[in-house]
Amino acid sequence: MSRIGVVIEIRDNEIKDSNFGIITAACGDDTHDVCALIFDNSAEDHKETLEKYGVKTIIEITSDQVALNMLPDLKAIALVDAMNEFDFKTLIGLSSPTGRDLLTRTAARLNVPSVLDCIGVDFTDHTVMKSHFSGKTIAKFKLASEYFICGIRPNTHEAIERPLKAEAQIVSYSPIVHDKKGIRVRKIVKSSSKSVDLSEASTIISGGRAIKSAENFKILNECASVLGAAVGASRAAVDSGYAPHSMQVGQTGKTVSPKLYIACGISGAIQHFAGMKTSKFIVAINKDKDAQVFEKCDYGVIGDLFEVVPALTEALKTMKNEA
Amino acid sequence: MKIFVCVKYVPDTAAYVSIVDGNGFDDSVKHVVNPYDEFAIEEAIQIKERTDGEIIVVTLGKAHATAAIRFALAMGADRGIHIKVDEILVDTMTTVEALKIAIEQAGAADLVLMGKQSVDSEGMQTPYYLGEALGLHVATDVIDLVLEKDQAIVQSDLGNNEIAEIELDLPCVIGATKGLNEPRSPKLPNIIKAKKKPIEEIALEDLVPSKPVNRTSLISFEYAPERSQAILFEGDTAVVVEQLVEVFKEKALI
Repeated sequence: MSRIGVVIEIRDNEIKDSNFGIITAACGDDTHDVCALIFDNSAEDHKETLEKYGVKTIIEITSDQVALNMLPDLKAIALVDAMNEFDFKTLIGLSSPTGRDLLTRTAARLNVPSVLDCIGVDFTDHTVMKSHFSGKTIAKFKLASEYFICGIRPNTHEAIERPLKAEAQIVSYSPIVHDKKGIRVRKIVKSSSKSVDLSEASTIISGGRAIKSAENFKILNECASVLGAAVGASRAAVDSGYAPHSMQVGQTGKTVSPKLYIACGISGAIQHFAGMKTSKFIVAINKDKDAQVFEKCDYGVIGDLFEVVPALTEALKTMKNEA
Repeated sequence: MKIFVCVKYVPDTAAYVSIVDGNGFDDSVKHVVNPYDEFAIEEAIQIKERTDGEIIVVTLGKAHATAAIRFALAMGADRGIHIKVDEILVDTMTTVEALKIAIEQAGAADLVLMGKQSVDSEGMQTPYYLGEALGLHVATDVIDLVLEKDQAIVQSDLGNNEIAEIELDLPCVIGATKGLNEPRSPKLPNIIKAKKKPIEEIALEDLVPSKPVNRTSLISFEYAPERSQAILFEGDTAVVVEQLVEVFKEKALI
């Protein structure tokens, strides 16, 4: 039974939901020993949740001497040490900014290949599927190494609960690391209090140029709060100053893969689709019936977003109240 | 300051990519400088404008990739190094090995800039592997860069509305992304001037003599699945919204 290390991302003391899908991917057909890797001392708090998804071992990687989470290189070195100590050469994590950073530093440190943003992984023959040419093609790559390190695009693997008979083991590991201070995170600042994270949201509602102003985003915000969705924007909306770059979906913005993507007043440029093409369902709302977006979505509403979106918000509210 | 900027010549995102023989593509389509690399070039120029120094643009690519160097030279870089390859699909680790040797041969870098990813292979890894190869620290997803005496202070976009402020020793490797600056468009006189700026050409084999072994090899390409004809709703708002909500319920999307 081969052991697979899964880097777990925790935010605000909770495991990010998108982790469960990659745990399911790692479990495969139950032949793998899935090892959750946590970079703090919270394993006990998360044990029950992780067990539910089939995690057999939880390794807490911490240091008494330094704050590993603020020292990217030392964190990678600690992870390399843990891989040696617990004897695993397969390592996966989320292809989020934090996940990409740790996985690639670790692979570079080991001088072995790695791949990010995978939408499919095969642990047996060390191959992955990933987007290429801005989402236009899918490439299959083989990693020629005994190591297999990859980052998986959030939401591309459905999470399946598979409770174990045995309890998960918790192991603490504190490698000896020396702080050379060559690189250090001084602080992490939250730029806004938005509750739903765009990159990993399961529902996203986005506005394009037709939203016409920053104020009008409140129409989308209201709908988003009923849907529990994150709010995104097209490049046209960002470049027009209607939304900050942090909300941009598509090329030079974020890549997302939600279950439901609602594009409002977005024309459907290829650069936008590069960032949301792998969404499960794409719904477009646009008053221009010839808009490109209608050729590439699952459902389209030909209508004015300023009428359709508020009506949708009301309908969803009514439905929720009735439920 | 000696600043190296690594750039890649990539198919224009808007270009149609046709797959050839299941594991190659027709690269005769329109190519552009990788959009993320433009932020790196612009940043280098702004640093040079403040502090003086030299900007060396390095690319690895086929003969046509010279155009990417010329573009950077027209923006304001000083000279170029073109690592020539016959085959475009070279893996990250080989690319990094070649870039490392080319950079070291051209002199000690004070700063290495590049886009945080290319839009063709979408790897997002070159800054990290190059940093490791050169023995330099790396920060990527960089939206702000301040150079102090011995350190760079960067703001790195972590997504989910979080920004990390990172300090790293100079020299270092920076992966640039949108938000760092507004890349300038080359002006005609500068485009003409750029034609006279030197570009050194080196064959990949001369830099990496042992036959490069791709440690990440491409097995196959396929077109991403397209969606079939969309179901469209049109007419009275109340009715279309009701239809849409039904779809959401049926597909368990809400």
